[in-house]
Amino acid sequence: MHKASVAELSAALKARKFSSEELVRAHLARIHAQDSELNSFITVTETEALAAASHADRLIAAGEAGPLTGIPLAHKDIFCTRGVRTSCGSKMLDNFVPPYNATVVEKIADAGMVVLGKTNMDEFAMGSSNENSYYGPVRNPWDTERVPGGSSGGSAAAVAARMTPLATCTDTGGSIRQPAALCGITGLKPTYGRVSRYGMVAFASSLDQGGVMGHSAEDTAYLLGAMAGFDPKDSTSVDRPVDDYVGGLNQSIEGLTIGLPRQHFGEGLDPEVGAVVEAAIRQYEKLGAKVKEIDLPNSPLSVPAYYVVAPAECSSNLSRFDGVRYGYRAKHPKDLSDLYTRSRGEAFGEEVQRRIMVGTYALSTGYYDAYYLKAQKIRRLISDDFRQAFAEVDVIMGPTSPTTAFTLGERIADPITMYLSDIYTIGVNLAGLTGMSIPAGFAKGLPVGLQIIGNYFEEARILSVAHRYQQVTDWHTQAPPDAGS
Amino acid sequence: MEWETVIGLEIHAQLATRSKIFSAASTAYGAEANTQACAIDLGMPGMLPVLNAEAVRMAVKFGLATKAEITRRSVFARKNYFYPDLPKGYQISQFELPIVGPGTLEIELKDGTRKQVGVTRAHLEEDAGKSLHEDFHGMSGIDLNRAGTPLIEIVSEPDMRSAEEAVAYMKKIHTLVRYLEICDGNMQEGSFRCDANVSIRPMGSSELGTRTELKNINSFRFVERAINYEVERQIDVLESGGSVTQETRLYDTDKNETRPMRSKEEANDYRYFPDPDLLPVELEEDYIAAIAKTLPELPDAKRKRFQQEYDLSAYDAGVLTASRELADFYEATVTAAKGTAKLTANWVMGELAGVLNKQGLDIGASRVSPEQLGGLVLRIEDNTISGKIAKQVFEAMWAEQQDADSIIEAQGLRQITDTGAIESLIDEVIEAHPKQTEQYRGGAEKLLGFFVGQVMKRSQGKANPGMVNKVLREKLGSS
Repeated sequence: MHKASVAELSAALKARKFSSEELVRAHLARIHAQDSELNSFITVTETEALAAASHADRLIAAGEAGPLTGIPLAHKDIFCTRGVRTSCGSKMLDNFVPPYNATVVEKIADAGMVVLGKTNMDEFAMGSSNENSYYGPVRNPWDTERVPGGSSGGSAAAVAARMTPLATCTDTGGSIRQPAALCGITGLKPTYGRVSRYGMVAFASSLDQGGVMGHSAEDTAYLLGAMAGFDPKDSTSVDRPVDDYVGGLNQSIEGLTIGLPRQHFGEGLDPEVGAVVEAAIRQYEKLGAKVKEIDLPNSPLSVPAYYVVAPAECSSNLSRFDGVRYGYRAKHPKDLSDLYTRSRGEAFGEEVQRRIMVGTYALSTGYYDAYYLKAQKIRRLISDDFRQAFAEVDVIMGPTSPTTAFTLGERIADPITMYLSDIYTIGVNLAGLTGMSIPAGFAKGLPVGLQIIGNYFEEARILSVAHRYQQVTDWHTQAPPDAGS
Repeated sequence: MEWETVIGLEIHAQLATRSKIFSAASTAYGAEANTQACAIDLGMPGMLPVLNAEAVRMAVKFGLATKAEITRRSVFARKNYFYPDLPKGYQISQFELPIVGPGTLEIELKDGTRKQVGVTRAHLEEDAGKSLHEDFHGMSGIDLNRAGTPLIEIVSEPDMRSAEEAVAYMKKIHTLVRYLEICDGNMQEGSFRCDANVSIRPMGSSELGTRTELKNINSFRFVERAINYEVERQIDVLESGGSVTQETRLYDTDKNETRPMRSKEEANDYRYFPDPDLLPVELEEDYIAAIAKTLPELPDAKRKRFQQEYDLSAYDAGVLTASRELADFYEATVTAAKGTAKLTANWVMGELAGVLNKQGLDIGASRVSPEQLGGLVLRIEDNTISGKIAKQVFEAMWAEQQDADSIIEAQGLRQITDTGAIESLIDEVIEAHPKQTEQYRGGAEKLLGFFVGQVMKRSQGKANPGMVNKVLREKLGSS
């Protein structure tokens, strides 16, 4: 049952072919068998999951089930879960048990889904390899010597290894799409403001967006429908109706214009990855789409602009972790300053500290105009590039990441190379657009992701574009061999 | 050398909203520590601010009342610094684009001169919590009940030239925010407090001297004292060849002195930047126009009207319009007294203010209602009782919470105006004081007062004093 689609699972549950409890037990068994090697979960909530499953079974029996009732999923450990530790991959929050649920967690519970546990991630979502976790790195199920990508590496690995059909995740600069690509699964980052950020631990508030991972566009469409929507508790969430993502999957792509940004196919792109992406685009042409080369002239500036804006916001967002009210507190502080510096110095990892320092610098008097304001101007230029592109094309496609999964330790000492793994994804966050990554084939046995970027609030469109491709290809159904066997 | 003082004030007024500026927690004062702080106020992970629309409305009201520019698109910014009573490690405030732009306020000094003081800006921000340094055995306690309470910070131009002007300005703002019902003005509870920027310069110079900032002064008296102390200190420093250091100083109310609060090395770079959790506040013309319609009559206008409509002196009109409640009380009393404005003013500012003051009560807690006080004024006006008896009646009204007429009847205090009765009282007095009668008749006319006193005493104060005078003169002079 771990290879079935969400629609199939939902139908089987309603037909009483198996119970939610059986389904959940099967996935827990896969977690137990594989995860000591993959390390994709920080916390497995077995007891709570079984209780939620039997509740779901009662709803199903009473005929009160929705399409997601009784379906298991995993939450990235950045979403606050009432009564369950929410660590954000950090020693700082290793002891933190929130007294509240994130809106996303609440909505998913309302949909009747069963939470298997909380997935591993780069500390405070800062990283592209999942090596920056206090709980150790996650391993890529396709090659356990390789990284799964990050920061939502735990969610991606868990979905890829079929330990859960679905997972929540977040994307600030590519943290959904890049690990989805590297793990060979489908991941979607919604338009900024489509999914509530309430209860989602903040990294860079103007870029963070919660999203979905699954085995197919269709599966993620179900989950996104349950998560999306206006939330009065998040001032940046947008009050507009949520499209019927599942219902819209079968829109025709006849006559669809696909934009191919020159800047996403140039220097730095692994030729084998490029070849896989080009083959996917030819497939779209066969399906009746038109292709057009476009320019995103400011896209080379996206990485430097991002590495000013995101650290600036993070330096402020992470100030609350001061050892005073919750989280890690240094032992025997001798005064206030010692309490602050040791609590933060001992509990934040190296990458988090680096970004706090960069961000603090960028916001300092005398540097603010040169860094923060300039980065904001570049951000507007990047948004304008996309606006112009979307005047001519319906969606934009290209590689999600310039390479396939790299090996553990390969880039950790070289932040700039690491940052460049997000070169094709960051612009989407800076502009606030929606984007997804779908499996498009393999290069040297490792998955390659195709990125599909949509205009604001066009999640339904990119989902249908992805779905059409998945109807004629089987890359998304290919699973790695089980780990730990 | 002769020095000129230059003062600018930053006033923090707590907005009278029921809930906090970015959360639904209550703002009520005096609750047990940390019982009025929700997850948002505590800066818990993932918590997000949602702006309280009522705070925006109140800030706009203030802007309209000071004829200020209302910013159509204002932006919340984060002011970053670490302190245990600042849960998020930043305060949400407004920096480059405050909600209220430049405005002005007219102040009046004791000698009657008037002066325009520029209000640079007023912005919305959240308050921090409180650090408690006692009773924690070498540690500090933190109470976050106040964290997230809405404030409007009102920043003046450096337009004031003396402590007296600064106090007049502060009082004016205090009156105004209470008129607008956007702040309760309670200085003891910290709802209204002020920082003063003070510098001196040689008289006639147009350049500003180096200023010091006096922090958190919470009474009019202390503002005056702190500024005067600081001015003297700066003069001493400069005249002994030193220079004033730009720093924040704390006013010690016990020692009546100011001293440095934090040294330069600890000075913060606040790293302001727009808060990405909040959208810019965009105000439409219709919204502002609708708020303008709700503005009450403002203190200056009301004072002018009182002078004209009730024929009061500028001073009386100023006292009676110092608070909206007092002005309302006065006007209701005048109505009940059928327009006897001047006498009503004397009573409100005299007996009533006296007893309220003595008992430490606000006008709202008066045990005598405007209708009752007006009834009393009416009885003075129509000679039912004398002014002196009226004081006795007033005391009884306060004690028993009854109207004037019932007390006058019950205690038989109606004035004696019957000529026959007064004549017989006078006859008794003359009869009892033959010696004084002789002296008076011998030319000691000063003794008339003595006779009036005796007659009033015999009448238990009820005899009409005018009639007593008249009949006494006739009787004493007619034999």
